[in-house]
Amino acid sequence: MSVRTMTGSKLILKALIDQGVEVIFGYPGGSVLSLYDELFRQIKLRHILVRHEQAAVHAAEGYARSTGKVGVVLVTSGPGATNTVTGLLDALCDSVPIVCLTGQVTTYQIGNDAFQEADITGITRSCTKHNYLIKNADHIARIIHEAFYVARTGRPGPVVVDLPKDILISEGVYIEPGNVKHKSYNPQFKADINTIDNAISLIAGAKKPIFYIGGGVINSGEIASQLLIKFVHMTGFPCTQTLMGLGAFPGSDPFSLGMLGMHGTYEANLAMHGSDVIICVGARFDDRITGRLDAFSPNSKKIHIDIDSSSINKNIIVDIPIIGDVASVLKDMIEIWESRQIHIDNLALEDWWTQIKKWRTKDCLRFIQNNKMIKPQYAIQRLYEKTRELDTYITTEVGQHQMWVAQFYKFETPCRLLTSGGLGTMGYGLPSAVGVQIAHPNSLVIDIAGESSIQMNIQEIATLAQYNLPVKVFIINNQYMGMVRQWQEMLYDKCYSESYFTLLPDFVKLAESFGAIGLRVQTIKELDNVIDLMIAVNSPVIVDCCVDPMENCFPMIPPGSAHNEMIFNF
Amino acid sequence: MVLKKQEICHHTIAILVDNEAGVLARVIGMFSGRGYNIESLTVAEVDSQKQLSRITIVTSGTPMVIEQIKAQLGRLVSTHKVSDLTIEGTSISRELALVKVVGTGENRAESLRIANIFRAHTVDSTNSSFIFEITGTPDKIDAFVQAMKPLGLIDISRTGIVAIMRGQTLSP
Repeated sequence: MSVRTMTGSKLILKALIDQGVEVIFGYPGGSVLSLYDELFRQIKLRHILVRHEQAAVHAAEGYARSTGKVGVVLVTSGPGATNTVTGLLDALCDSVPIVCLTGQVTTYQIGNDAFQEADITGITRSCTKHNYLIKNADHIARIIHEAFYVARTGRPGPVVVDLPKDILISEGVYIEPGNVKHKSYNPQFKADINTIDNAISLIAGAKKPIFYIGGGVINSGEIASQLLIKFVHMTGFPCTQTLMGLGAFPGSDPFSLGMLGMHGTYEANLAMHGSDVIICVGARFDDRITGRLDAFSPNSKKIHIDIDSSSINKNIIVDIPIIGDVASVLKDMIEIWESRQIHIDNLALEDWWTQIKKWRTKDCLRFIQNNKMIKPQYAIQRLYEKTRELDTYITTEVGQHQMWVAQFYKFETPCRLLTSGGLGTMGYGLPSAVGVQIAHPNSLVIDIAGESSIQMNIQEIATLAQYNLPVKVFIINNQYMGMVRQWQEMLYDKCYSESYFTLLPDFVKLAESFGAIGLRVQTIKELDNVIDLMIAVNSPVIVDCCVDPMENCFPMIPPGSAHNEMIFNF
Repeated sequence: MVLKKQEICHHTIAILVDNEAGVLARVIGMFSGRGYNIESLTVAEVDSQKQLSRITIVTSGTPMVIEQIKAQLGRLVSTHKVSDLTIEGTSISRELALVKVVGTGENRAESLRIANIFRAHTVDSTNSSFIFEITGTPDKIDAFVQAMKPLGLIDISRTGIVAIMRGQTLSP
């Protein structure tokens, strides 16, 4: 009996289709031409041609984070592959499921410094969750299926599959996805029930509790968010979110204290500092959150729910670690809470809320909008008011504008904010918006950008124009690398070394040169009209919103300081 | 909880991994990338049918760092199991060394006598050199090397330690 075989390229496409892939973000090149040839001859997989391979990964991230599916990237060998490195590390830091297919020189050329050869499994070892080099066409199907399994399960992350040119044209046997099981990788999904029970006892006795939630809630799926909302409301405890967790708990919910950390709210940071029980759900005590480690929430017992055991006790020693999927743990917690008929100390909780409300009256985010230049916070506030009722996705770049979005734009549901948290990748927002708009063609997708970050992947406006993706790029233009300038003002004696652009492109003309629409706002009077126009137009738009160049992002915990050492705008 | 100043301690960690291309690079790359220390490392296939290799690493760090090392090792996709032989009960650890001593006359005779005391085997000999094979704890090998230095020791090759749990317990 003869076994049916097909070429490596066909095997790859079949495996992708069987994994439910609909879209690939990529850029062709010599090593992957046979795969692109095969791609041209089918209609099930749509290929989106980006202008730079880094953007392909960010676009796949945007697609993955806004849909919960795995994002797929296809690039060529050598420079094509090395250009993905920033995107891959970004996905690793922010736990985004990505499968990145990279071309490679032929198996017999590997190691000979061939044209466009790069040791990409070596280069990406520390910026992927796992990677593979395929050396036999018979392994293709198994490895692709494995790659998807590894990318999306446990703590999600990017997986690279390196594909030598000769493997793509040699014949191999296909294996169905169902027949693939991983030998060693088996993340723990369900947590130990006794540990959860102990956590409930600790929570029940809390007098100054706080939920501290992160991106893990979003990664655990919509159900995790619903369970969290239910549990927070059952307990009546306050809830603060990390940058990655925004939207996992409704921003306008009265129990929400907003974002915590370096640019978090006064009430969130002081509540963390003063609390006696912290319930950390899918967050990782990152340095932007904790501030000075030895002064972090000194009197609290800590419960930490995380699917990744290496996140536990990394920066902060916790009292009750719970290793498991957030949704599964929350479900168990709610069940135990109900079956044990927990009664919390309502008097203490009332006192705690009185204290928190006192902190809230400080109104830590307030700023003064005079009738001169537009304040960046005001621009984002207006953007929020104009789009909050719409089906909106927001992506951001990195810097001051990103923090102002986190402070002023309230996200009510998960997956609506896409921002580079862990790596802080300038140039993330625009390509990420490409991916979001591809996944949600009828939604309003806005990249809230800074004039510096946007220049890092500005070539992707061509991608918007080519596919007529009506992404709106709203540039908060303060002519400086704002966050760099702010730190220089505060920490380096106002020596603004290389943080000012003496030359910026004319963003309106630039938009037009790509076939997009360019708009400029310089006065408060024009702002609302331009936002309305931007939303109404069904094509890519770039808005150059000129704002006060010297505005700083507050409140702020200066580096090396504690939560109770915040500084303010007033 | 306030972080307390923690003491540095040594741990022997055994890792069972898939014996596939690049697996050792993943393990040691994790150590160098995260700034952890490797004092000794041995690796070899232990099950050719299942294609499993066992890596034994001696490392040092604060208890928090050791916990983190184990978690990071466990997180590698190719890892089957991680065991800390230092805390999971008592274990036996051994190291092997090949030691080359060059000399003639009284030094040569003395080196042979000391080798006998340490129960080292002579595995190669010319009329002016010996190669001794010695097995034992790293301490014993250190002592042997010290004793041989004045007698013409010119070259050493050490394996780093391999370790296994005492009794019926399986590790990793």
